[in-house]
Amino acid sequence: MTVKQISVFLENKPGRLAEFTDVLSKNNIDMRALSLAEAEDFGIVRIIVDDVYNASTVLKDAGYVFSITKVLAVAIPDEPGGLSKVIRVLGDSSVNVEYMYAFITRKKGLAYMIFRVADNKRAIEVLQENGIRPVCQDELSDL
Amino acid sequence: MERYYQPEIECASREQIREWQSERLVKQVQNVWDNVPYYRKRMEEMGVEPGDIKSVDDLHKLPFITKDDLREAYPYGLLARPLSDCVRIQSTSGTTGRRVVAFYTQHDLDLWEECCARAIVAAGGTKDDVCHVCYGYGLFTGGPGLNGGSHKVGCLTLPMSSGNTERQIQFMTDLGSTILCCTPSYAAYLAESIIERGVRDQIKLKAGIFGAEAWTEEMRRDIEEKLGIKAYDIYGLTEISGPGVSFECSAQTGMHVNEDHFIAEVINPVTGEVLPDGEKGELVFTSITKEAFPLLRYRTRDICILSREKCSCGRTHVKMTKPLGRSDDMLIVKGVNVFPSQIETVLMNKGYPANYQIIVDRVNNSDTIEVQVEMTPEMFSDSLSEVSAREKELVDALKAMLGIYAKVKLVNPKTITRSEGKAVRVIDKRNLYQQ
Repeated sequence: MTVKQISVFLENKPGRLAEFTDVLSKNNIDMRALSLAEAEDFGIVRIIVDDVYNASTVLKDAGYVFSITKVLAVAIPDEPGGLSKVIRVLGDSSVNVEYMYAFITRKKGLAYMIFRVADNKRAIEVLQENGIRPVCQDELSDL
Repeated sequence: MERYYQPEIECASREQIREWQSERLVKQVQNVWDNVPYYRKRMEEMGVEPGDIKSVDDLHKLPFITKDDLREAYPYGLLARPLSDCVRIQSTSGTTGRRVVAFYTQHDLDLWEECCARAIVAAGGTKDDVCHVCYGYGLFTGGPGLNGGSHKVGCLTLPMSSGNTERQIQFMTDLGSTILCCTPSYAAYLAESIIERGVRDQIKLKAGIFGAEAWTEEMRRDIEEKLGIKAYDIYGLTEISGPGVSFECSAQTGMHVNEDHFIAEVINPVTGEVLPDGEKGELVFTSITKEAFPLLRYRTRDICILSREKCSCGRTHVKMTKPLGRSDDMLIVKGVNVFPSQIETVLMNKGYPANYQIIVDRVNNSDTIEVQVEMTPEMFSDSLSEVSAREKELVDALKAMLGIYAKVKLVNPKTITRSEGKAVRVIDKRNLYQQ
């Protein structure tokens, strides 16, 4: 019930991000979601892609340092209050969210959130108990 | 079982070595007095005559020769033989803007190659070995020196010269190279390339002889582990002959100076006073057997320590530490002496790759030092705070080592220029303003 996120190290230098997205586009890698976290001199680009295996091969060949992390993807109603319900469920159960980011798809009425939490298993349990269903990898690839 | 190229010389008694040195020094001093006006003038200025030098104990009475002298006397001013007796020229890279040209008679080439042969045998070389030399050939002494030494040992010699890593690896696997001679930074690069190509199990290397630039014990371990070899240090300088002035034995705890040809002293770089064994100072060499280009008390600018303690390998010649610094390399940042080797030690201890670059600059009249390090998969995490924490750990370790704050910049892998010769470790942007 988790999805694989690819996190890529990028030094903070003009053109580095463009190089990175060029590599993805030249290899026809379709991104479902992207988020960029930056420190003073470097950044970490986190992406959700349609084909994790293919993307990691491409990135390895291009010489990038990256890691693959299991994160939670949750579909929420695209309406006010949709997100806060999910966060409240996690918070009430003391599941700590390290970071999160949102994306929407062509699917009407739904938005998606990616959560990086310390304990995936526990988070899935509490979400399901509250009727919130995490999305699996295949489902995300089909979006 | 330790093997020697010339056991009767390499394991001679200290008294015997002293006797050789005294006899040869006296002759050499007379030789330069008679044949090199530049030396005679320098000696006269010091009030020294050949008669004052009766043994190696009188060495300290002679004037020093520095790189500036070599520049002043360029090209023929220190030549002790007619050019017609000379058969070879070698030259330094002139990286400090002061090219040195050294001349060799056939005798000089032979003794130089003999010294390299001793190094190769000390590293386990025999006539059954395939010696892969990827030091540069040409004016640089690295290639020709080890090439000649390899011939003398009777190894099958591959005169690869530097560069073209693809071809190096191909020859290494196809022809079964067993001994690798190159700069340590190139050895590290080769090791990385060999592993990357997945041909590690196809190489037959057993030993490496690495020199011509500074490297650390950490780097040695890294290369040894990656290539599955024993890595030996070799030291030399064109002014004195080339590689093989000193070399490492199986003990790997310092390099034996070929004392039958070169007398080593360590001096206080400020006062010129000779220091006892065990004290750190500037290394000074006197070449007592060379014919064409003999140097008396040549100041190398390398900082090191001499030791005459008994070595487990059986050799009796004095051992020198690897240069602990070089006055040329030493950076003065915010008034503090910084050696690139200190930074390298910290990086290796923290598990970062040996490939780094130090950038020194002056911003608002204050020195800044930045260490660029390539990110590795081992050091990476998807958590920004974890990576930042590791970065900070490195900053703290550098501060503990250097005594000043050095900024750390993590960069993308393979973005720091890989060298196929000497590594460019330091970019001092402050120099731009001085010219």
